[in-house]
Amino acid sequence: MTSDIAAILAIDGIATGAVYALVAIGTVLIFTVTRVIFIPFGDIAAFTALTLAALDAKRFPGTGALVVILACLATLIEIVSLLRNGERRQLPRALFFYLALPLAVVGLASLTMRADPPLAIRLVLALMLITPISPLLDRIVFRPIADGTVLLLLTVSVALHFALVGLGLLFFGPEGVRTEPLTSLSTELAGVLISGQTMLIVIAALVFSGLLYLFFDFTLVGKSLRATAVNRTGSRLMGIRPARAGTIAYLLGSLMAGVSGILIAPVNTIFYDSGFLLGLKAFVGAIVGGMTSYPGAAIGAVGVGILESFASFESSALKDVIVFSLLIPILIWRSLASLHSEEEIEE
Amino acid sequence: MTRLHVQLAAVAAIACLALAPFVLNPFSITLMNYIGIYSLVAIGLALLTGVGGIVSFGQAAFVGVAAYATAWVSALNGYSPWLGLVFGVALTCGVATVLGVVTLRLQGHFLSLSTVAWGLAIGFLFGNVEGLGRFNGISSIPPISIGSLALVSSAQIYFLIWGIVVVVLFLGYNLLDSRVGRAMRALRGGNILVESLGINAFRIKLVTFVIAAFLASLSGWLYAHMSRFISPGPFEAGMGIEYLMMSMVGGAGSLLGGVVGAAIVTLLKNSVQDYLPLIAKGASGQLEIVAFSALFILFLQWARQGIVPFVARYLPKIKRERPPAAPPLPRRPQPKPGELLLKVDGAERRFGGLVAVNNVSFKVRSGEILAVIGPNGAGKSTMFNCLTGALRVNKGEIVFAGRAISRDPQSRIARGGIARTFQHVKLRPRMSLLENVMLGTYARTSTGLFAGAFRLNQREEASTRHEALKQLERVGLGDKPFELAGNLPLGNQRILEIARALAADPALLVLDEPAAGLRRQEKLRLAELLRSLRSDHLTILIVEHDMEFVMSLVDRIVVLDFGSKLCEGAPAAIRSDERVQEAYLGGVA
Repeated sequence: MTSDIAAILAIDGIATGAVYALVAIGTVLIFTVTRVIFIPFGDIAAFTALTLAALDAKRFPGTGALVVILACLATLIEIVSLLRNGERRQLPRALFFYLALPLAVVGLASLTMRADPPLAIRLVLALMLITPISPLLDRIVFRPIADGTVLLLLTVSVALHFALVGLGLLFFGPEGVRTEPLTSLSTELAGVLISGQTMLIVIAALVFSGLLYLFFDFTLVGKSLRATAVNRTGSRLMGIRPARAGTIAYLLGSLMAGVSGILIAPVNTIFYDSGFLLGLKAFVGAIVGGMTSYPGAAIGAVGVGILESFASFESSALKDVIVFSLLIPILIWRSLASLHSEEEIEE
Repeated sequence: MTRLHVQLAAVAAIACLALAPFVLNPFSITLMNYIGIYSLVAIGLALLTGVGGIVSFGQAAFVGVAAYATAWVSALNGYSPWLGLVFGVALTCGVATVLGVVTLRLQGHFLSLSTVAWGLAIGFLFGNVEGLGRFNGISSIPPISIGSLALVSSAQIYFLIWGIVVVVLFLGYNLLDSRVGRAMRALRGGNILVESLGINAFRIKLVTFVIAAFLASLSGWLYAHMSRFISPGPFEAGMGIEYLMMSMVGGAGSLLGGVVGAAIVTLLKNSVQDYLPLIAKGASGQLEIVAFSALFILFLQWARQGIVPFVARYLPKIKRERPPAAPPLPRRPQPKPGELLLKVDGAERRFGGLVAVNNVSFKVRSGEILAVIGPNGAGKSTMFNCLTGALRVNKGEIVFAGRAISRDPQSRIARGGIARTFQHVKLRPRMSLLENVMLGTYARTSTGLFAGAFRLNQREEASTRHEALKQLERVGLGDKPFELAGNLPLGNQRILEIARALAADPALLVLDEPAAGLRRQEKLRLAELLRSLRSDHLTILIVEHDMEFVMSLVDRIVVLDFGSKLCEGAPAAIRSDERVQEAYLGGVA
């Protein structure tokens, strides 16, 4: 391997890693606030790419139907739970957030579609269509077992991923997509050609992590999320609703997953089931950060990207074997580094 | 319902299984074969996840290792499938041992995540190794033959599959009702209790893990020779989830639940495949996994417990006989009264910058009751945890019965003769009182894994039962030995912990706040119990807040304050000591 090849591989790896980093940060965000290890994040990213591809092809994406179905389900569940608890007065609010808002988003998207919008608008539409999915899934799937152990939540999360892959095939079909590059610029750095797309990915990853940092440190909502992450009971006593904090975390997280999906779509061909590996690799990164540290997750994810890039140069067939085998030593290191309470374990 | 009824039911079930192939059509027999093959994996998972509390997403990979191993031996190299069995089992158990040694020290969800990791890595390997046919798989695998009889048809291999399932269930239930099995059942709920009983928790976890992998390898072997063709598909991560689902649906923790879960999932999947095309033409494959995952999620939301435990609640309780008298377990040589038993010399324990125990020294002589008291945060519990090995001292030395123990792991200290109770009661609520106390005898007994599974050491088992009952009677809980420990009120749970500690035949009994949360009558009974133990020459070290309880009971008191020893002496001297009064009540203003 010459230094040229090494440099190209490294840059390639950093770009992939930056995409993983976005998903990894979202994973950490959701884990700290809700204790759910949200495996389906990768699927959300893949769905965004597929949505964008459909919009590019002037087809209305299957995401719309998916959102409508999930919204109806979530509304139904919310209404039943409100009626059971005798909280009739909350009904209009529930109808607005769980039904009207998602439907409005889908309606708006379908109206805008007819006007043949430019790329920038299509990007926004894709993100708009994708963001309601995880908060709705949260309501349907995770809210009823929010008090469960991390392991139960993880098991459910893995099952949910498989459901989403099936839905993905149903709504998007088996064809792979590769969207047009967002930029055709390129530049040369120390003799190595760097494509504009690569730079865009890295910049986007930096910008979004920066925004998240600002959100957490300088807004009250951000602080309430951090408080929930540190101590659910304590923050509840301070008037923060963990469920609401969870919804915000899912919204933000899926936004990040959506952005990563948009960024990776022009680089890799995305299929309905590409999300799993994307999500898991991001997850390896998140574990490097101990599932709690955002910079740690980002660094870990970039590391995974670089490792994958070099591994695929050595043996493209075994690159995934290498990446996941590496997870075990990382887990051991993290497990040793973190203190566990025994109370976590269900009797 | 008595034991006999259970045995009759088992015989009837086996008879039904044996007759089934003569009644069922070939398709149903094939379905039954799949159920049997999946059952083996699910039974392994019931042991691993339900009993041991280790959630594994990777069992499908173990099935795959064995299936590919036997296919490689028999189809690619032309040897007998029986050699494939030996090779497959050995390889799978070898892989599991290595993975287990590496990962089983991981805590909580880290451990489960590691199973996702190796499950994926091994799954990818099958499709990417040149010699294993890549994604095309390996075909023309020969059938298993017994003598000259080749098990080609599904009705022929049926008997082999279900014969193995029945034997596995039989051995499995025996195992769970033995010394090692009880240790496995105690794993769920945390290591600290398990280690404090002198059990090497890691080793028990590893044994459980390898047993589960062994069962998966049997399943893989049968699968390869039944379907005569293998490809990476059935061993990928998705199938790993399905196995987990089978064991959870059936009722994690119940071996029979593994079979029931495998049956339900397989039949459901089959009917989903039949009916979905009627609802959605052309999209059945996708909907199948969606419907399936949705059902699983609903199941986890509403009925986590599983089917077999649910049904079992409505069955009449099995009436059990009180354990009959049996020869006593051997006792350890007890120290002579008045002999120096425990010496703590300059013990120090830090948590970061906080010095929780600072240069504390004291001695305990055999046959006395010594109390360690002090205001909240004085370092009493930390001191106790250092004594029992739950924590290590940073500095200083602890000598027990003439041997330095400050560097020993918890389980070795326990085996050396220190038995303890916990400030926050640690019992196994789903085990009976008797079984909880039997856990205490682990270090005194020796029945191994195989002896337990084949019931070879019934004499020791009988002695263990008798000993446990004796200790229950000694503490006054002997009237309902088969009650579940979780059903006891808190006061009695503390007493039960003492019975468990006594079952270990300790030289030193360490009690961490035994009177906390007890009502007055219960406290009086506890004090009476401890006095009677002292008159049996047992040495007791006790941490307690209740001064009335302590003062009337103990021989000597050590007072800790802010991690340091304040003073030491007889109860009356301590009561009148100004420093103690200041520490508890504040100085005179």
